[in-house]
Amino acid sequence: MEKESCTFSYCQKPAIVEHETDVLIVGGGMSACGAAFEGARWGNPQKIRITMVDKAATDRSGAVAMGLSAINTYMGENDPADYVKMVRGDLMGITREDLVYDLGRHVDDSVELFEEWGLPIWKKAADGHTMDGAQEAPKLKDGGKPVRSGKWQIMINGESYKVLVAEAAKVALKTNREATGVAENFFERVFIVKYLLDEKVPNRIAGAVGFSVRENKVYIFRAKTILSGCGGAVNVFRPRSTQEGQGRAWYPVWNSGSGYALGIQVGAELTMMENRFVPARFKDGYGPVGAWFLFFKAKATNSYGEDYCTGENFEYTKKLYSPYAEKMGTAIRNHMMMMDMKAGKGPILMNTDKAMAELGKTMDAKQIKHLEAEAWEDFLDMAIGQAGVWAGNNIEPDKTPSEIMPTEPYLLGSHAGCAGFWCSGPDDIGAPAEYNWGYNRMSTVNGLFMMGDICGASGHKFSSGSHAEGRIAAKSGIAFILDNKDFKPTITKSADELAGEIYLPFEIYEKYKTYSTAPEINPYYIKPKMLQARMQKIADEYFGGVGTWYMTSATLLESGLRQLAMLKEDAAKSGAKDLHELMRAWENYHRIWSIEAHARHIQFREESRYPGYYYRGDYLAINDKDWKCFVNSKFDPATGDWKCFKKDYKQIVAD
Amino acid sequence: MPSFVITEKCDGCKAQDKTACQYICPNDLMALNRDLMKAYNQEPEQCWECYNCVKICPQQAIEVRGYADFVPLGGNVIPMRGSDSIMWTIKFRNGKLKRFKFPIRTTPEGSVDPYKGKPEANIANIKKPGFFTHQGAGKTMPLPKK
Repeated sequence: MEKESCTFSYCQKPAIVEHETDVLIVGGGMSACGAAFEGARWGNPQKIRITMVDKAATDRSGAVAMGLSAINTYMGENDPADYVKMVRGDLMGITREDLVYDLGRHVDDSVELFEEWGLPIWKKAADGHTMDGAQEAPKLKDGGKPVRSGKWQIMINGESYKVLVAEAAKVALKTNREATGVAENFFERVFIVKYLLDEKVPNRIAGAVGFSVRENKVYIFRAKTILSGCGGAVNVFRPRSTQEGQGRAWYPVWNSGSGYALGIQVGAELTMMENRFVPARFKDGYGPVGAWFLFFKAKATNSYGEDYCTGENFEYTKKLYSPYAEKMGTAIRNHMMMMDMKAGKGPILMNTDKAMAELGKTMDAKQIKHLEAEAWEDFLDMAIGQAGVWAGNNIEPDKTPSEIMPTEPYLLGSHAGCAGFWCSGPDDIGAPAEYNWGYNRMSTVNGLFMMGDICGASGHKFSSGSHAEGRIAAKSGIAFILDNKDFKPTITKSADELAGEIYLPFEIYEKYKTYSTAPEINPYYIKPKMLQARMQKIADEYFGGVGTWYMTSATLLESGLRQLAMLKEDAAKSGAKDLHELMRAWENYHRIWSIEAHARHIQFREESRYPGYYYRGDYLAINDKDWKCFVNSKFDPATGDWKCFKKDYKQIVAD
Repeated sequence: MPSFVITEKCDGCKAQDKTACQYICPNDLMALNRDLMKAYNQEPEQCWECYNCVKICPQQAIEVRGYADFVPLGGNVIPMRGSDSIMWTIKFRNGKLKRFKFPIRTTPEGSVDPYKGKPEANIANIKKPGFFTHQGAGKTMPLPKK
């Protein structure tokens, strides 16, 4: 096929904004806001310029945009070593324990700051009853007792969680402007689509390019360090919903794999990209079940009222997945749930009615009403649509059980998943030398740091841990800058060339749109929506989506990757009619890179490490002898080669 | 459950430089029809139902209609977000109503002063573990037992 290029012969040429900074924070979610807060404090006295770029409006961007009903990582009285054990167990034995321990020992400070900034955190009163976060009670840092919904989780009134965290980050950026004399260092609605390597120093980050989704402007950022916190990948697999409901992904629908794609293309080494997360959630609305399990002690059963994690299911599961089966991690429970679903014993039910009746035995009417409000708040704080599903179906949780269902797969590294980049860890907690190359959370590309969803092999950070990780990365990014004071980023591509690459989908669309009478159907380009549909179909049918009960194999992966290669070629023929579609075109390009990495890693790992998330039909069991190791990979931007290889796993925290 | 804009109530935020819903939508879904001066959801199948457009609309012109591919008609969930709390009204398909009120923040909007009373960062310690807050308070970071 003929290659298209953009010379602005058909589409309007954008204005170019060139911006020079020291630290570039890409993203606006929890990790990015944490990076701004910690970074400005260290950077201001050194006159280090910090710039933050967010695809959306920071008050409501990232995975916490809607709010949250709990903070899932707060150590409190617990030892971070026990947190490592939990994460290791849930992620089937393979995790970067240095990164996880480091996060555990830092995270509480972020949670205590959130409370100081105004986040209402539930407290346990002296008589044991639950107080919402607005009631007078000692703060966490002064010994206030949080309401635990699990060993690591605390309950919050989190509707404005992100607003508060953004408010602190924006003040931090303002102090940095004042300290450095820079006029502007905070860009909303600017979508970064490519990172740039330095043209003089090999394997060194030099900047990033993107565009405004609001006006015809292309942005070129030169930076000494990039702190990358732009999320995981959602809607890479065909979702269970067929039309409007596709937006109701469990993970935020705007997490388009940018975090992965940006780093992969400059050659940053990946780790555990075979990992995915398939949460079992309330059907269709994907509302949270955690509080129901942990806080309300509700039980999930098949439709005959039987616990699907016992009896024959458990015996069969042990045969393939011992000793992990016995740990009853999230993947294993999914696996046994699906055994019953396949046996026709569905729908699987969360017995909310029985749980509330049970708790009601020891409570008076007022307490029960309070309990009911707490149950609804769990949805209204973080999955409002689930409340709508219940309202539309006349489901009252105290009267009717609700269906639960495993979702379509998502790629992420901050929730109960660990797909991401291979990053340097802390140097003081006994990790092997190959886990540390000087700067905490730096990827294998010098100056490029990874945070939140894309710092790999270290899941279960959640919102608070992502904020803390952003802070760790910012601090070490500044140390990196101070150690390399003479570096000046060099970008040799011209501004016009870079703008042409970004605006190519406009040029193609304008060039060909009148060829057919309906611009949606045209042989010369593919619209972002169809690009996404084709990718999702390939992922679903060949890489183990819901359509095959998460089953794949060497032969399926090979066929799917062949089709994905053509899709990637066709992505260079994306057509976009406006800035909104241009954003979608680039988002879907990022999704394609993410799913390719995922498929290549699954292809390399010849076992089924995460039953319940995906299966290799040709290697159905877990094989610790050969595969209790990390799978890493690297795309070489110079040659276009992609290599997968093993990296040793080292246990740091004793059992 | 995509958001939709009630024609009668939307004034296109004509007193402001951009519509509130366009400003806030995390997925860039809300657009303004400049001929009608009315906002609309341009891509309902990408709507996460985060309700940020609903909460921010100064005219209360935005509501949400259940995702048509799985939610029966008739229910709705409507918030009223104030400066320190949020009130929710849930209407079931059968007409039953539930109301809940939850706190959202304990400090006035815009009052966050994140470095107030916090220690300065000591650049000599930048490569040591711990945030500037830990280091400034003299806290040492634990290590796992050997």
